[in-house]
Amino acid sequence: MDFNEDQIQRYSRHILLQDVGVEGQEKISNGKVLIIGAGGLGAPVALYLAAAGVGTIGIIDGDVVDLSNLQRQVIHFTPDVNKAKVLSAKEKINLINPDVEVITYYDLLTASNAFEIIKDYDFVVDGTDNFPVKFLINDACVMAGKPFSHGGILRFDGQTITVVPGTACYRCVFHAPPPANAVPTCSQAGVLGAIAGMLGTIQAAEVLKYLTGVGNLLTNRLLTFNAKTMDFRTIKVKHNSKCQVCGDHPTITELIDYEQATCELKTNN
Amino acid sequence: MSIVKLDITKEHCPMTFVKTKIALSKLNSGDILEVLLLEGEPLQNVPKSSAEQGYKVLEVSHVEGQVHKIRIEK
Repeated sequence: MDFNEDQIQRYSRHILLQDVGVEGQEKISNGKVLIIGAGGLGAPVALYLAAAGVGTIGIIDGDVVDLSNLQRQVIHFTPDVNKAKVLSAKEKINLINPDVEVITYYDLLTASNAFEIIKDYDFVVDGTDNFPVKFLINDACVMAGKPFSHGGILRFDGQTITVVPGTACYRCVFHAPPPANAVPTCSQAGVLGAIAGMLGTIQAAEVLKYLTGVGNLLTNRLLTFNAKTMDFRTIKVKHNSKCQVCGDHPTITELIDYEQATCELKTNN
Repeated sequence: MSIVKLDITKEHCPMTFVKTKIALSKLNSGDILEVLLLEGEPLQNVPKSSAEQGYKVLEVSHVEGQVHKIRIEK
């Protein structure tokens, strides 16, 4: 593809990078990325991928913007309260970069729609706030052979890992969701707004690395940080041959809608 | 092998090197890019950046006034 003068200006800082260059920017511009959740994590991911010129960004979220979201979900503005998050996000993406095609799904990801939605994308970003859907995303991506970035935040802590076919998956490390209501969500426990940006931008960088082939992905390593101490750790993890979904003899061969604590469905995270 | 000409005398940093990289990206290995550029920042940085990013700077020559020419092999 030939970039026009505006695109050359817009993407000049990527083109200047030896590891990215014109070829890398072309890969970004041809990339198709699905962001699941237009909340704390999905907001910075969407903003940076839009700015980077990812050609197609899909966003799925079944919520509307709530006033309590604005403390961290920086893609949504005060006048967006009560608007569908996917629509609010699409408007900002289009304002940042009209090159980006945005596909919105005003819906929750479930066992019945997951494969159909992820199939058209090169990479999937988990920007969700609850365990049932995190396991659903893991299982769907593993079964479909889709690379994805897991991310989670709570209070002052964040964690993320990138999973590509053959590397340790989320279920290799965390075998099953905790019982409903055993672990609080952001809406119950609180979260420092800025850590959504810290974690989400790490996920956005992983997407850009994947699309361009630059560097080493955060695979087989779980990155965790605590913003109070500002300590970052990467914990080595291994592909588990007994993993229920990606092991040698998988016992999970269909997607599961795990029970979700009812309060999670009624609150906007 | 082909020779392609590029004039970046009207560009400013960093677009001088951005335009050079764009032109180089369209060449095949072994092709030559002849770049007209101004002395000062462009003449200091474009050959240096080209070499740093793995291209071969064959020649730097004065054309006239403030204009210089560099030949870069991809």
